[in-house]
Amino acid sequence: MAFPVLSVIVFTPAVAAIILLMIPAQRKTEARAVALAAATFALLLSLWVYIQYLTQHMTGYQFVEQYGWLPALGISLHFGVDGMSAPLVLLTGVVMFTGVLISWGEFDEKSHRSAGIQDRPREFFAFLFILASGVFGVFASLDLFMLFFFYEIAVFPMYLLIVIWGWIQTREYAAMKLTLYLFIGSVVALVGVLAMYWTAGQSTGVYSFDMLQLEKAGFSASFQNLWFLPVFFGFAVLGGIWPFHNWSPDGHVAAPTAVSMFHAGVLMKLGAFAALRVGIMLLPEGAQHWSWLIMLCAAVAVVYGAFIAFVQTDLKYMIGFSSVSHMGLVMLGLSTLNQNGLTGAGVQMFSHGIMTALFFAVTGMIYDRSHTRQIPELGGMNKVMPFAAIGFIIGGLVSMGMPGFSGFVAEFPIFLGVWQSQWLVAVIASISIIVTAAYIMINIRKVFFGNMPEKLQGHMTDITVLDKVAITTLCLLMIGMGLFPSLIVPMVQTGVTHILHLLGVA
Amino acid sequence: MFTSVAFLSILPETLILILGVILLIVEPFLKEERRRNLGWLTAGGLLVILVVSILVGRPGDPTMTFGNTIRFDWLGFFFGMLFIFGASITALFLMDHEKVGQRGEVYILLLASTIGMSLMASAADLIMLYLAIETTSIPLYVLAGFMLSDDRSTESGFKYLLFGAMTSAVMLYGFSLLYGFTGTTNLYALADAFKAGQIAAPVIFGVIILLIVGLSFKVSIVPFHFWAPDVYEGAPTPVSGFLSTASKAAGFAVIARLFLVVFRDFTIDWMSAFAVLSAVTMTVGNLLALPQKNLKRMLAYSSIAHAGYAMIGIVAVSKLGVASVVFYMAAYIVTNLAAFGVVVAVGRVVGSDDYDAYKGLSRRSPILGLIMLAAFLSLAGMPPFAGFVAKVFVFAAAVQAGFVWLVVVGILNSIVGVYYYLNVMKYVYLYRMEDEDEDKHPIALTRPYAIALIVLVLGVILLGTVFAPWFSYSNAAALNLF
Repeated sequence: MAFPVLSVIVFTPAVAAIILLMIPAQRKTEARAVALAAATFALLLSLWVYIQYLTQHMTGYQFVEQYGWLPALGISLHFGVDGMSAPLVLLTGVVMFTGVLISWGEFDEKSHRSAGIQDRPREFFAFLFILASGVFGVFASLDLFMLFFFYEIAVFPMYLLIVIWGWIQTREYAAMKLTLYLFIGSVVALVGVLAMYWTAGQSTGVYSFDMLQLEKAGFSASFQNLWFLPVFFGFAVLGGIWPFHNWSPDGHVAAPTAVSMFHAGVLMKLGAFAALRVGIMLLPEGAQHWSWLIMLCAAVAVVYGAFIAFVQTDLKYMIGFSSVSHMGLVMLGLSTLNQNGLTGAGVQMFSHGIMTALFFAVTGMIYDRSHTRQIPELGGMNKVMPFAAIGFIIGGLVSMGMPGFSGFVAEFPIFLGVWQSQWLVAVIASISIIVTAAYIMINIRKVFFGNMPEKLQGHMTDITVLDKVAITTLCLLMIGMGLFPSLIVPMVQTGVTHILHLLGVA
Repeated sequence: MFTSVAFLSILPETLILILGVILLIVEPFLKEERRRNLGWLTAGGLLVILVVSILVGRPGDPTMTFGNTIRFDWLGFFFGMLFIFGASITALFLMDHEKVGQRGEVYILLLASTIGMSLMASAADLIMLYLAIETTSIPLYVLAGFMLSDDRSTESGFKYLLFGAMTSAVMLYGFSLLYGFTGTTNLYALADAFKAGQIAAPVIFGVIILLIVGLSFKVSIVPFHFWAPDVYEGAPTPVSGFLSTASKAAGFAVIARLFLVVFRDFTIDWMSAFAVLSAVTMTVGNLLALPQKNLKRMLAYSSIAHAGYAMIGIVAVSKLGVASVVFYMAAYIVTNLAAFGVVVAVGRVVGSDDYDAYKGLSRRSPILGLIMLAAFLSLAGMPPFAGFVAKVFVFAAAVQAGFVWLVVVGILNSIVGVYYYLNVMKYVYLYRMEDEDEDKHPIALTRPYAIALIVLVLGVILLGTVFAPWFSYSNAAALNLF
């Protein structure tokens, strides 16, 4: 039997979390070292999976493992990745690795300033890793029950991470709001999942949660039209779809840096991915029936998110709303249900994940040193932290969709696909490109250039080596994907071909 | 009459009785301050009984023994094992409870009650059933009011006694009517009589209502739930834990057997009545749990809500439905015992069960904080803990039976649940003690508590991840009813 790489990836963080909780509480450095080791291991394995998939020109579901879990109900531990999910597994590995690096934490004796996580790092990394296990599990699961199982695991640690280590002013409110939104979404989707299970079982005689089986179930059109909305929107809440996006910026702002990175970088993709996999792929006719509604919601999110981001004065709120806007592009791509749109959505999930993780990482570094995120109170940062400034600018270029960066590779096909489907929506949505460029450039100027306010002078220090490693990793990925789209696009296309096949258009 | 099957069918009960006798003999020889060690004897003895019963006493095909009063099947057996497990853990929790654990009677009452529960789950005859219910209840009345010097405990015991006596009288009246109409007290003979359609429907509907009153009290279904918060709050905490888990599960075992065997083919739609009761119970329990500031009262209301969730599985009237109820009870016993265990351990040191007493708990005792987190997330229905799988099974059974509206009610309720369970975790993990010096106020765990809590937490995780074996036992229990 081949090496069970996917289950090792999924369970590495969980095992690391258990080990972490067994380390005595005072041993903070050891806890951090264990966390970094586990994150590196998971990153290398997910990178290996990605490279294998890419270089071997694989198609369909690969690295498949299946273990019977509860045969009586047709539940199995069934892992496998396709062209859609392999980049997302890598994304999770990258965000996990960089998240650990920038949370490492240092305590400066002279100035009594601290960065990263100082309070109970052991628990912090343990909860973060439980979350990571859930995320890996969702991306790799081919069993609907297990997908749901891991999905819920990815939700609840967020509450603890935000409420314990979050921004003191809004953390209690934001953490509860986020948890309730996500929980409501997921349980609504659960009803749909159960309905699919029984209906498929009745018609085929095989009761199974296996998604490969359910893809062939052939649900009736009325069933699909009825259940598509709860399933799709239930999961898409986590994808930040308008009008259910409200939890997301609040959550971003209240969360500590590494959690913001996970939240915007990976968790929101989780929602979009689950909505795609369970909603669109298992209920394709329902998707075709309702695609206009998704397109409408997504177009509103794209434009509205961009405008709201434009007027923010808090750096994290700005990035939070820009995430709503960019995730709207993913949803827009999904709603086209055509080759270009879906490919763009798949690439955008990866590109936005890396980009927004970088944004939040840099914002966290600034906040740790200046203790403010208010844009008017910042300025001249490139003098003390040039490296962070370069990183942020690269992220900004990706965000604007500049050619040569991964953002362009993602957004161009999306707009192409939308144009094919509804040209008017493409025109309206493209307003966001201008607004995004405006707020990104204005804010880069305000935060990184100009004069540093007097209050901050003398307090600011450069970022650490670990921070630099994290920024470099993220930037290289974005530039690499931008210069060599063949690193990701053909792979996503193989996943899209399968989706189109299910939709009956190819 | 005493065939080997007959002997096996009451093997756990017999062994518990022997253990009780041993306790009675040993107790006078121990000095007052060493009587706490009877808890080790009880817990260890029950553990041995558990192992022996599982090794030797597993049921084969369902058999009637003792003049058709006991049915030796998986339903009774699985529940019996759950009760023995619960009693063993409760004995450990009792050991270091002030003014309770040093008295030998408390362990003997616990054993007596466990015998009753085990018989409740396997009784196949109205008379045996009633005797078993009383054997369970009377020791519990005494246990609830065990701390004589404490007014609240006395009140708790007395309140429980009055409510219990009242509702069991109503239920007994229902039993007598059943006998009057059919001329038999055997549950399976009754089922045949109903299948043949000998009895007029409206009359039986009245009987069903009388039975629901009695059993609803046992499992605290609204509107017969009023006793629960007061009794749980006043009783010694380990006893509250036992009441809310094993005693409730015993009630569900009886409900499952009575309604699914006797009334399954009955023309009147009692399922809808139960569905409404279930919805109301969940909603009332959860909404009343929201404003609580005392953890024991909150857990009381939450246990009312959980009775409502478990009821969904009964409403489904299917194999999966019963299997999901049995699984739900197993998950709930382990989870809720862990929750009460934390309350016992904290209450012993801090001397209060208010939320405020839990401030800074995760710093005072990280392990206790984690155990509480696991228990409460499991109660809230989050994976990878037992509560998640249990809820999904129950909801799946209801969707299969076409009760989608009930699942929607259940889901809305579990959202309310997430809110108040996480709210408590905020006290544990976020808020700090007034002097912010938690290091100086550690909460030490005595050995029995540490053992019991670790076993429970492993159980919560095991049931929530490797659920296949437990589900197949639950399924075996369900198959015996159909």
